[in-house]
Amino acid sequence: MNNPQLNKHGELQHLLSTEGLPAPILRGILNRAASFMNLAEGRDIKKLPLLHGKSIFNLFFENSTRTRTTFEIAAKRLSADVVNLNIGSSSASKGETLLDTVDNLCAMHADMFVVRHSQSGAAHLIAKHVAPEIHVINAGDGRHAHPTQALLDMFTIRHYKKEFHNLRVAIVGDILHSRVARSQIHALTTLGVPEVRVIAPKTLLPSCVDKLGVQVYHDMAKGLRDVDVVMMLRLQNERMQDAVLPSAQEYFKYYGLTQEKLVLAKTDAIVMHPGPMNRGVEIDSSVADGTQSAILPQVTFGIAVRMAVMSTLAGVG
Amino acid sequence: MKIQIKNGHLIDPKNQIDSLCDLFIVAGKVAAVGSAPAGFVAQQVIDATGLVVAPGLIDLAARLREPGYEYKATLESEMDAAVAGGITTLACPPDTDPPLDEPGLVEMLKYRARALNKARVYPVGALTYGLKGAELTEMAELADAGCIAFSQADAALTDTRVLMRAMQYAATFGFSVWLRPQDSFLARDGVAHDGEVATRLGLPAIPVCAETIALSTMLQLARETGVRLHICRISSAEGVALVRAAKQQGLTLTCDVSANHVHLSEMDIGFFDANCYLVPPLRSQRDRDALHAGLLDGSIDAICSDHTPVDEDAKQLPFAEAEAGATGLELLLPLVLKWARQSRRALADGLAKITLQPARILGLDAGHLSVGAAADVCVFDPEVYWKVEPVALKSQGKNTPFSGMELQGRVRYTLVDGQLVYQSKANQ
Repeated sequence: MNNPQLNKHGELQHLLSTEGLPAPILRGILNRAASFMNLAEGRDIKKLPLLHGKSIFNLFFENSTRTRTTFEIAAKRLSADVVNLNIGSSSASKGETLLDTVDNLCAMHADMFVVRHSQSGAAHLIAKHVAPEIHVINAGDGRHAHPTQALLDMFTIRHYKKEFHNLRVAIVGDILHSRVARSQIHALTTLGVPEVRVIAPKTLLPSCVDKLGVQVYHDMAKGLRDVDVVMMLRLQNERMQDAVLPSAQEYFKYYGLTQEKLVLAKTDAIVMHPGPMNRGVEIDSSVADGTQSAILPQVTFGIAVRMAVMSTLAGVG
Repeated sequence: MKIQIKNGHLIDPKNQIDSLCDLFIVAGKVAAVGSAPAGFVAQQVIDATGLVVAPGLIDLAARLREPGYEYKATLESEMDAAVAGGITTLACPPDTDPPLDEPGLVEMLKYRARALNKARVYPVGALTYGLKGAELTEMAELADAGCIAFSQADAALTDTRVLMRAMQYAATFGFSVWLRPQDSFLARDGVAHDGEVATRLGLPAIPVCAETIALSTMLQLARETGVRLHICRISSAEGVALVRAAKQQGLTLTCDVSANHVHLSEMDIGFFDANCYLVPPLRSQRDRDALHAGLLDGSIDAICSDHTPVDEDAKQLPFAEAEAGATGLELLLPLVLKWARQSRRALADGLAKITLQPARILGLDAGHLSVGAAADVCVFDPEVYWKVEPVALKSQGKNTPFSGMELQGRVRYTLVDGQLVYQSKANQ
């Protein structure tokens, strides 16, 4: 099957998922992000002219503050023109279809789309539809994928742990509904992490999760033992209404990350979270704000990683 | 009109004919097989050299989209597609708009179909009003109007007491009840098989137990009520096992599978190919293997096209928002031939699944070429390869998972009541 993310030369054409991307492409993005880090971290920001004259459309069919903002900052630091569209409040509510919206924006000479949509596969649909000179970045589609989040997570892990091949990583929480978890799993296994664990009650795990190359734990105490990285996931409140979980309190007791549970991991383990956090539901404040937390650096790294993705797609720099 | 179809390889599963012999048609009926009846002078000769002459095909599930969904397909377009696919008799499910729950609607549909003078259309009536699963339809009236069986199509019937009453009432008159087993709670919001692909793609999933739980209920109620039950479009290995066991226990039961499910699995969804968004969902390769085994041992009696024309726009959407279904009338024959070849079965065994067996399920004296039978005939080239090109399909529905694939076997002539209703161009 053709990988819709790669062009015929094996270069990145769209970033839709971390699944099926060769490790050199993932590493290339991380390396490039590292080179942008000074720029992203520096107070005395100078823009890079890499995407000068390019139009990037942030196409958000689903609300997001953090992801959209970091994409916008990343694009602006590359000197691109950025247009933000919150489609939830315009075309879609007027009955325009997804592809009609995209066609209209293409007619406005878009060079790149950053797409978030509530349906799995939306970014693939757009990527298949647009002209070959237009690039699509998936900023989250349904439960399927959130590749830039996974890449910034890989960047964070590499920043603290240097290597991937000697790590034990645990992903904790709502794997079933999480595009972040799926993208993390593919990125981790592609980059050579030998042991990826998922920890969740059975109601929050997809049926064939083991086929993704992970070890499944239902007991957090066992799952966290000796891990190097703990990646927490956000729990949506509506899971309680859907008969998936009895209560936030019980969830926190058995699957929330507390200092008591974190001591089971290696002493130098880092804690990550894609945000926004539910303090007291999936993570205790003392952990979120503690010395092992890498949650805020993740956000900073996110800008450099998104710059790296955009410039890689544009084939510049 | 006297027609001779000569030099063809005649395959008639019912009469166990599988040899080179001529077919003679007089006044719309089969007059003789083999040698001409006394005094026969053909007014029309169809040279079937190198071709197979078979009974016209019978499709148990073809949505014609009338009334209500004429923007997806019309009777004209779909009847053309049917005869181009060699199908001379078809049953259409009641999920039109409004559903086929009133005798007037059924009469109108039959009348419109008859006027087109193509395939024979047998509507399957709604089992409950509006397919809402609450009140019984006037089944006897609907049968008088032309309904051949009663069904919920893909609509849920969650109230088991209503289901039991519907079966009892249908059994009173000897009507058969056709049901597709799916528990609506377990299937809620699901769009793909609960397996590897749905896990990977993050698609809301439908577990196999949605099929088996509903199927167990149906089988139990069929035992209780004595109704003639037909299970539509089985999809899972466990489902096939339940049907097999029920048949072994002596339950009067028939079962069909869609031609799509005979050949495809969840893997074909690839990167969200909405053409593979089907109802029931494409399941695992293991399930597909079990469907093959079920066809071979007779647990599954028939193969249907599950023809569901969908307008183009409804497929140009993210997978879960797209409309389920695929066009199928023109692909049924080659897909069945493909199954027979893959299973190392004779052509006749494949053809039985789309002639003799569906006729038995419908309770019709059709699907065979006995002397005196209506001359519904499908003449096809079993060897020729052709590429499925959506624009070339006669059906208004262009969406199919087989788009671009090379299939073997193509219809050359279709006759209904001894009238040539379809003839392919020589180079096709």
